[in-house]
Amino acid sequence: MSAGTLRIALVGNPNCGKTALFNQLTGGRQKVANYAGVTVERKEGRFTAPSGRVLQILDLPGTYSFDTTSPDEQITRDVLEGNYPGEAAPDLIVCVADATNLRLHLRFVLEVKRLGRPVVLALNMMDTARRRGIEIDVAELQRRLGLPVVETVAVKRGGARALIESVDGEVPSAAPAMPDDASSRAGLHAQVRELLDATVNMPRATAALDDALDRWALHPVFGLMILAVVMFLVFQAVYSIGKPMSDEIGVGFDWIGAHLAIWLPAGPLQGLLKDGICTGLGTVLGFLPEILVLFFFILTLEESGYLPRAAFLLDRMMLSVGLTGRSFIPLLSSFACAIPGIMGTRSIQDPRDRLTTILVAPLMTCSARLPVYALLIGAFIPMHRVMGIFNLQGLVLFALYVAGILGAMLVGWIIKHMRKDRSEHALLMELPSYRMPQPRDVAIGLWERGMIFLKRLTGVILALTVIMWFISTFPSPPAGAVGPAIDYSIAGYLGRGLQYIFAPLGFNWQISLSLIPAFAARETAVAALATVYAVGGDAEAGGLAHALTANFSLATALSLLVWFAFAPQCMSTLAVIRRETNSWRNVVISFSYMFGVAYAASLITYQVARLFL
Amino acid sequence: MRLSDLPKGASAVVERVEDTQANDPIAQRLRDLGFVAGERVRLVAHGPVGADPVLVQIGYTRFALRRAEAARVTVQEVA
Repeated sequence: MSAGTLRIALVGNPNCGKTALFNQLTGGRQKVANYAGVTVERKEGRFTAPSGRVLQILDLPGTYSFDTTSPDEQITRDVLEGNYPGEAAPDLIVCVADATNLRLHLRFVLEVKRLGRPVVLALNMMDTARRRGIEIDVAELQRRLGLPVVETVAVKRGGARALIESVDGEVPSAAPAMPDDASSRAGLHAQVRELLDATVNMPRATAALDDALDRWALHPVFGLMILAVVMFLVFQAVYSIGKPMSDEIGVGFDWIGAHLAIWLPAGPLQGLLKDGICTGLGTVLGFLPEILVLFFFILTLEESGYLPRAAFLLDRMMLSVGLTGRSFIPLLSSFACAIPGIMGTRSIQDPRDRLTTILVAPLMTCSARLPVYALLIGAFIPMHRVMGIFNLQGLVLFALYVAGILGAMLVGWIIKHMRKDRSEHALLMELPSYRMPQPRDVAIGLWERGMIFLKRLTGVILALTVIMWFISTFPSPPAGAVGPAIDYSIAGYLGRGLQYIFAPLGFNWQISLSLIPAFAARETAVAALATVYAVGGDAEAGGLAHALTANFSLATALSLLVWFAFAPQCMSTLAVIRRETNSWRNVVISFSYMFGVAYAASLITYQVARLFL
Repeated sequence: MRLSDLPKGASAVVERVEDTQANDPIAQRLRDLGFVAGERVRLVAHGPVGADPVLVQIGYTRFALRRAEAARVTVQEVA
């Protein structure tokens, strides 16, 4: 056993700190995938123990019990028992329990123990337990449970040392497997009570801090006000912190572009590097700071334990539009990107609630739309102060986010009333203790998101940018042609063709053209416009924003903003919907309803704006 | 009385969880989460609209339950 890889499975209730422990052990180096055919996440990482043995760690979804009503729990159980096809049984199960919440978590420990496999119990959050005056007789607990018990503090450096030492030694022998039937399950709570009486001294049931914070955070009036303020501040911060950094990146790329023009001879290569890559790609890369600021707030809120409070406050309202309080968290992630949001709907047990959430998630304004919004707002909306504190550009951005949310509510309501199955939907949601967000876990999350963005940028977006440059440059205009060269290019013909469809929305051919690459990745609309206008020679003075104000009206800009608020999401989102729902039908529904809504809303916006502006 | 009718801030002891249909998955989940006879519960907060959902403290954990879910739990109020 000492040679070779030791396969360890991490299990535990939701909110036991399993993910933090996994990050602590593997340093966030993980492979995330799905179990074949189902939408339960499979996370794997590895590290080398002091003895030189390689430990391979499998992080399983958090579960409350092995009740087989939910697919997560069935899979967790099958994997642990070695019954999951293609997944070897783990050599050792590390069961993670929150030391401050043992009444609930020990019950699951007992269930895991009954599987009859080697188990180590990790009592996590021992620092918080001590601070709250909770005394746990670990030696006695170990004796009574009949399995090794180690203390861990997943959020502190070296906090998993005892666990590593324990799993690096001999694998403990397994308790005998026990039958799993209703009568023995009913006895588990009695066993937990007995264990707690003998080993745990708890001065009070909840943290005093939780009580104090919840008195405000869950207050019927102040709670909702706090939530509104938090959300508003997040979006203002995206603008006031992220935007200046983005501008710096833009300046940097302009500088590189200008120098390329000096060093390289004029010709197709200079054109590709300067107009295609520097202008196109640079414009999109410039939005990295804004995206990171948004993710920073989402990750911090997620870590702090505040989000389930928001879900509690909003549940009733979301229920009335066919959603659930649980939808709030996936929908909030969708503001960063619909893809993690749609994957996050796995935490919604009710399949009807889950499908509705998946269908409306792309209406939440994802960060890929930010570049488009930022560009158009920056170019067309004046930098006024409103009521002395708010800035008009920020308010317009906020309004676009609100438009997405209202759209989602309307669509949810329609789906609810079209559905035939009216049986009860469940909430049953745990509100975890508040936690100080850990810089390490936030940093790992930001790093992952940043890398995903950069990979998209250097993959799909780079390729599309080069293609856009190519079709806007070739073929060259015939000898003796009058008018800009781009009018004779493939892009010119394609754009003018599309304009027949989009002209009622006020889109010129350049915009119509940019909608094609935007379908692959929304940010590319900016890169495409940048490339088209750079090749067309309009962007020489004052950059893209200047080129836009010179070429189209405020009514068109507003119509385009509205289009992006509702338009069919990018291809990757459609692919994720296909994967998560296992159905092309949902993909078609999703695409067509969004196209219809976007077209109608933009049409109204343009026609009305033209009358008044 | 039913857990859903418990006033805010009041404590009670669970008597039983009733199935509203055969093999009621919500009732089963409530039992798994610790809503079993003899367990103490406290009603911590109400949602802002229609006092729905309710926030229930059981053991060291707080659960948000919709009123229909909480109505499955029969409790005896204690002073």
